[in-house]
Amino acid sequence: MARKRCGHVPRTLVTFHGDAVAPQTSTVAPYGFDTADCEAKENVNGKFLTRVIGGAALTTAGLASVADELNMPVGVTQISASVYDLHMLILYICCVIGVVVFGAMGYSMYAHRKSVGAKAAQFHENTRLEIVWTIVPSIILIAMAVPATRVLVDMYDTGDEDMTVEVRGYQWKWQYKYLDDNLGSTLSFFSALATPQDEIHNRSVKGEHYLLEVDNPLVVPLGKKVKLLVTANDVLHAWWVPDFGIKRDAIPGIVNDIWFIADKAGIYRGQCTELCGKDHGFMPIVVRVLPQDEYDAWYSAQSTAFAEREAMASQTFAADELMAMGEQVYNKTCATCHQANGQGIPPVFPAIAGSAIATGPRDAHISIVYAGKPGTAMQAFGTQLNAAELAAVIHYQRHAFGNSTDDVTQPVDILNWSAAQ
Amino acid sequence: MASRNATTAAKLSLIGVGMFAFAFALVPLYDLLCEVTGLGGRTGDAYVYEAATTKVDDSRLIKVNFLTGTNEGMPWRFWAQSTSVRVHPGELTEVKFFVRNPTDRVMVAQAIPSVAPGSAAEYFHKTECFCFERQVLKPGEELEMPMRFLLAPELPGYVQTVSLSYSLFDITELAAAGSIRPDA
Amino acid sequence: MSAVLEAHHDDHHHGPAKGITRWLFTTNHKDIGTLYLWFSFTVFLIGGMMALVIRAELFQPGLQFVQPEFFNQMTTNHGLIMVFGAIMPAMVGLANWLVPMMIGAPDMALPRLNNLSFWILPFAAMILVSTLFMEGGGPNFGWTFYAPLSTTFAPPSTTYFIFAIHLLGASSIMGSINIIATILNMRAPGMTLMKMPLFVWTWLITAYLLLAVMPVLAGAVTMMLFDIHFHTAFFNAAGGGDPVMFQHIFWFFGHPEVYIMILPAFGVVSQIIPTFSRKPLFGYDSMVYAVASIAFLSFIVWAHHMFTVGMPLAGQLFFMYTTMLIAIPTGVKVFNWISTMWRGSMTFETPMLFSIAFVILFTIGGFSGLMLAITPADFQYHDTYFVVAHFHYVLVPGALFGIIAAVYYWLPKWCGRMYDENLGKLHFWLSFIGVNVTFFPQHFSGLAGMPRRIPDYSLQFADFNMLSSVGAFIFGFSQILFLFIVIKAIKGGQPATDRVWDGAHGLEWTVPSPAPYHTFTHPPKVTDAEAHS
Repeated sequence: MARKRCGHVPRTLVTFHGDAVAPQTSTVAPYGFDTADCEAKENVNGKFLTRVIGGAALTTAGLASVADELNMPVGVTQISASVYDLHMLILYICCVIGVVVFGAMGYSMYAHRKSVGAKAAQFHENTRLEIVWTIVPSIILIAMAVPATRVLVDMYDTGDEDMTVEVRGYQWKWQYKYLDDNLGSTLSFFSALATPQDEIHNRSVKGEHYLLEVDNPLVVPLGKKVKLLVTANDVLHAWWVPDFGIKRDAIPGIVNDIWFIADKAGIYRGQCTELCGKDHGFMPIVVRVLPQDEYDAWYSAQSTAFAEREAMASQTFAADELMAMGEQVYNKTCATCHQANGQGIPPVFPAIAGSAIATGPRDAHISIVYAGKPGTAMQAFGTQLNAAELAAVIHYQRHAFGNSTDDVTQPVDILNWSAAQ
Repeated sequence: MASRNATTAAKLSLIGVGMFAFAFALVPLYDLLCEVTGLGGRTGDAYVYEAATTKVDDSRLIKVNFLTGTNEGMPWRFWAQSTSVRVHPGELTEVKFFVRNPTDRVMVAQAIPSVAPGSAAEYFHKTECFCFERQVLKPGEELEMPMRFLLAPELPGYVQTVSLSYSLFDITELAAAGSIRPDA
Repeated sequence: MSAVLEAHHDDHHHGPAKGITRWLFTTNHKDIGTLYLWFSFTVFLIGGMMALVIRAELFQPGLQFVQPEFFNQMTTNHGLIMVFGAIMPAMVGLANWLVPMMIGAPDMALPRLNNLSFWILPFAAMILVSTLFMEGGGPNFGWTFYAPLSTTFAPPSTTYFIFAIHLLGASSIMGSINIIATILNMRAPGMTLMKMPLFVWTWLITAYLLLAVMPVLAGAVTMMLFDIHFHTAFFNAAGGGDPVMFQHIFWFFGHPEVYIMILPAFGVVSQIIPTFSRKPLFGYDSMVYAVASIAFLSFIVWAHHMFTVGMPLAGQLFFMYTTMLIAIPTGVKVFNWISTMWRGSMTFETPMLFSIAFVILFTIGGFSGLMLAITPADFQYHDTYFVVAHFHYVLVPGALFGIIAAVYYWLPKWCGRMYDENLGKLHFWLSFIGVNVTFFPQHFSGLAGMPRRIPDYSLQFADFNMLSSVGAFIFGFSQILFLFIVIKAIKGGQPATDRVWDGAHGLEWTVPSPAPYHTFTHPPKVTDAEAHS
């Protein structure tokens, strides 16, 4: 993987397309553009088109040659391809209208100048002309509305899904729950930004997928109709993967359904697109599309790992194990607000270092981590982390950042606390 | 002239006041619109089921997904007996939901239902639901909550799956303030 | 009583009072217009500095200057301040100066209300800006302040933000009542509605829009206030409310609001293009009808801002079709402006340059607006930089260029002195280049997938963001030149003639330059040459 010098901006523009992981497409360059036949053809058109726009604005002609790499992606679903076609159709129509309108205007400014001796005519209306330029745009609009309606109707065909995933937005991560028919084996996990804070704060080089990488991507099978049930836990979020051509707001208390069928294996990236507070810019979406057999293998491995993590609740850990595990959980779950150094961002996000809770009675500490603090960004992590993770992160907070209580927190302590309520 | 201006200003002020009132009138209007069209996936109030008059449509089987979620800051455990069932339209079905309050305080909760696709909401009838009332749980208390529903036989043919989501909200403070909207 | 009358009488025959009290207690439409314009320019600079903070942070990937929470406060306040503190008051300032002079009225209909409408504004703006220094920071939920981020999750300063919005709204409502009363009641004999200059027409329609939707905004923020402090649940799903309803109410206000900002600019351009084409405005009647239909349509398109919330299919289609309809009257206006220029005898002084740029760049904003109307494509554009590019194209080279063109056009009438034409052209070219370098690349970053309102972005967007930031600084600093040009003209410009521009028609050009403190104390005779006929 190519790494860049700190703060350096790459000259090569990276496309927002998925980077293919399937072996047959391994020839694609790291920043390459997938050169399927249809795309290559579109590029030619796109280049011409963007030149036209660039010329119209007089200032951006130099950008036109790279602009086709920054057009809307064709994507990997039928819907995203139809949306792309619709987008290009309307863009072309606008360009043609633009050429006619600005052409007439430009000609007039050139030919009807006072400095070349133009004498002003005094006409100020022409009913026939005015009727024409009301009717003609109406016809053009109808020509746009017909295909747009057709694509929209297709998008609303939510039936016949092969699988269903619940997508829940949190400040500032996503939760994916696979709603499986096999009762009791529901798989659920959180998906959060994996880019290190050091890259964000320019202390280390930025990776290729800076801000577009997560710890646990959503994984789905190739060519299957995946239905997503989108909702939110706190504020509004929006789930968007450009290559799938779908975007939907995640709204607390309301569930919305969307779907996609990915026709090409690969990794596809997107971002939260509804302002959701401080780290709105830091909650990416990554979807891995795998062939069915690889997907099945992944799913069963995840289910096993999930069960193992749950089983950890009955284990006892050494203090250093708890510290190591706790640090991981802390950096992933707590550090965005309380900061990696435990200093927080007072007054909104209090410090952990030297705090009354992290150095005082342990039950109060467990209580606030488990149940949250209503009316603040402090969520109820008892519903997000398992007993082992809770124990480790509480242990870590009570022994890191200069805090030094003399207790060791084990998963069983969390269970006891919970049972005692 | 001055009095004419004053009259005009007074009339125009009335428009302003009227539009301010209109903003508040939008609230019940919006609720009405949601209930009529299923906008936002809202389901109606308790439905009276009459076995004699409801015809079960054996020709199709609809999958119903159940989503259980707890909103921000809500530490309760909340789960359904199963994540999905398959039902015939017109058939009355019972599903159990469970909540547990793991905290050390008495808490009040309200479950908010939402149905996707929104166009199916008006065909989703609940004869009994914990969402019709709030739940008050003592520390450590667990509660089993049955929910009975049927899908109207008129459910459009293109709907093959209906997803019902419950979001559990902590309304302890709202309840204490006694100012929950009466239609909640 | 007689003393009051006498004082009033005196006022008519002598000039303005001396010192600060002139400005504090003035009821003169020209003074108040001047106050509005200087106020809005000041606020424009503050909002512009916020924009430059945003663009500086976005110059490169990574966090350099500000933290995400402050970045969100900047985007929020930049939007609020530019909309409510810069564009809208500037338009009201133009209306104050010009509407009475254009219709042959001695002053506004309700002079004391006029004073109050203005003097509320500085306090409201100060409250809004002061929230940035409060504990927990200022509003950070975007200028659209969607619930529940703006209610349950809002910083404590939100209460002050709500109060500021109430004051700004009250000022706008009073201002629009005044403008409507002036236009309906104070026209000189012979100045029929269909003889009024188009600027007056656009303001009449704008004022009705304001009157209809500012109270709805007031209602929305009042509900927020209740949700935050009195445990109601208008927008809180927990109590039976609905966060989506907030968006419906907000955009019922918000969509007409964008036309409130652009319609008076349409009016300005419709005055300037005929002057410098030396030809009457083409299609006056259809211009009036087009503005009226745009205003009507603005009430039934609001949900096109919320295609992604999950409306039923029928709703999506309805709002897509109504939105597309707006293209028709908007097209009529653009065609009419070009037909006005056609076979004219054109010169390109600074006001004309800004007006021509307005027509071109506003049309580009209209094209992207049409693209955004197409619901399936909107799913890809929504909340990306494509939208940012779109609305900045209609608001900066749209509304703002309209205001700047108006200032250059009428400044000689206001202060009796000409601005420096060479510097004016320099200002134009810097602004024109700056605005395009800033906003045109944003179309591309949006299409490629860059969401709006993010303080940091992935590497593929780096080049276009850097370009955008460079453009923003060019545009921002060239507005300092604008300030210099205006002050230079006021202090020592060449004396202006009464007519100022040889193609200018309208009652305001029949009075001396600078316009006397009181004009048309006796109604003028409306001749065909000075009114549309």
